[in-house]
Amino acid sequence: MFALLRKDLQIEFRTKETLSSLFLLGLLTLLVLSFAFDPTSDLRGEAAPGALWVAVIFAGVLGLNRSFLAERDNECLQGLLLCPVDRGTIYLAKVVANFLFMLAAQVVIVPVFVFFFNVPASLGLVGVFLTIAIGLLGFSAVGTLFAAIAVRTRAREVMLPLLLLPLVVPLFIAGVKVTGRLLPAKPLGDMAPWLHLMVGFDVVFLVVGWLVFEYAVEE
Amino acid sequence: MTSSARRLADSVLPAAALVAMVAALYMVFVYVPSDRVQGIVQRIFYFHVPLAIVTFLAFGVTAVGSALFLWRGGREWDRLAHASAEIGMVLCTLVLITGPIWARPIWGTWWTWDARLTTTLILWLIYAAYLMMRTVSGPGEQGARYAAILGVVGAVDIPIINRSVYWWRTIHPAVLVTREGGSGLSDPRMGLTLGVSFTAILLLFAWLLWLRTESARLRDALEDMRQQVVGQ
Repeated sequence: MFALLRKDLQIEFRTKETLSSLFLLGLLTLLVLSFAFDPTSDLRGEAAPGALWVAVIFAGVLGLNRSFLAERDNECLQGLLLCPVDRGTIYLAKVVANFLFMLAAQVVIVPVFVFFFNVPASLGLVGVFLTIAIGLLGFSAVGTLFAAIAVRTRAREVMLPLLLLPLVVPLFIAGVKVTGRLLPAKPLGDMAPWLHLMVGFDVVFLVVGWLVFEYAVEE
Repeated sequence: MTSSARRLADSVLPAAALVAMVAALYMVFVYVPSDRVQGIVQRIFYFHVPLAIVTFLAFGVTAVGSALFLWRGGREWDRLAHASAEIGMVLCTLVLITGPIWARPIWGTWWTWDARLTTTLILWLIYAAYLMMRTVSGPGEQGARYAAILGVVGAVDIPIINRSVYWWRTIHPAVLVTREGGSGLSDPRMGLTLGVSFTAILLLFAWLLWLRTESARLRDALEDMRQQVVGQ
């Protein structure tokens, strides 16, 4: 598994294609959403957590789409499947790789968000970053499974968001809720169920993905 | 299935569905008294609720069919899952249409972000993606497997989605089992009407499911025959 993970990371370090496109798309999404809300309005503060998560999700979908496109060119996926390891292991390696890419993009997206949306920089931001990390793990778990499928259908770029977005609604709602609480640096309090929900989502879909990935890559 | 059982299903199901549907229409429009508070618009409830329940049943059949297809193989499970998803999609659309018709005069708005509404909408979106997947991945084994994965993942996700949107906000009336333990149906005729229209929708679903799986089975058989003839 670590060899497979290292392969993906090494390719990325050499080309930096996925990361740069993730950064840019996240940044552009934040920019577009900044135009959507009047800078002087109070609504802006209310909308800020949602805007952040939209940027995270859009950038994430893009990254997931890329992750199997690379394997598809030159029949690399065939090579991967010939590896003497369990299909579930390939899945986990891919999930972790996608997770790390998306998380790395947040290192840029979150500060840009703070900058554009004039959010007070506080310790809450660390919490926001952690919340995003929890959300992205589940997002990557579901997304990797469906990216492997979508890449082999005819309308692959369109199919992934169509499949993925309805499924990750719980993560999105929970993420926005928790972020909305953390940004003004309020104590988490009654937000604990939301965090439990996100963690539960992560665990459930890591297991489901690990079990059914085999069927997604079979010829 | 034997041919006599087939013939029975072909003749009994549509006839029973027709009888039940006519009876349901009569009861909804003539027999049952109007709700005292909501007035005549409440009568749409007798279609809305059975449609919603049978929608869940249809998607449940899809989930079970998908799981069995992945686990055991066999195209009949895939045909069942696919047919049920198609019909479920139609029923779900009807739920989403009848709901707002009722909500507009009662809640004063077509749509609110209530838990059940949101869940139903997301359900609709998941199965819209399911059906789209079937068209873009073409016929055959691979497309069936991909759709089955979505069928299983979607079914696992629905309780989580429901929980999250429930916490998010909810105002939908719980008519059948209210929190106080009683039922919102004040007249025994209301319960009877609901039962009859539920039976009608259920029979309609069973008949459509039967037609769709049969036509898919025949299509597959035809495809096999063609393969044999061409292959020689």
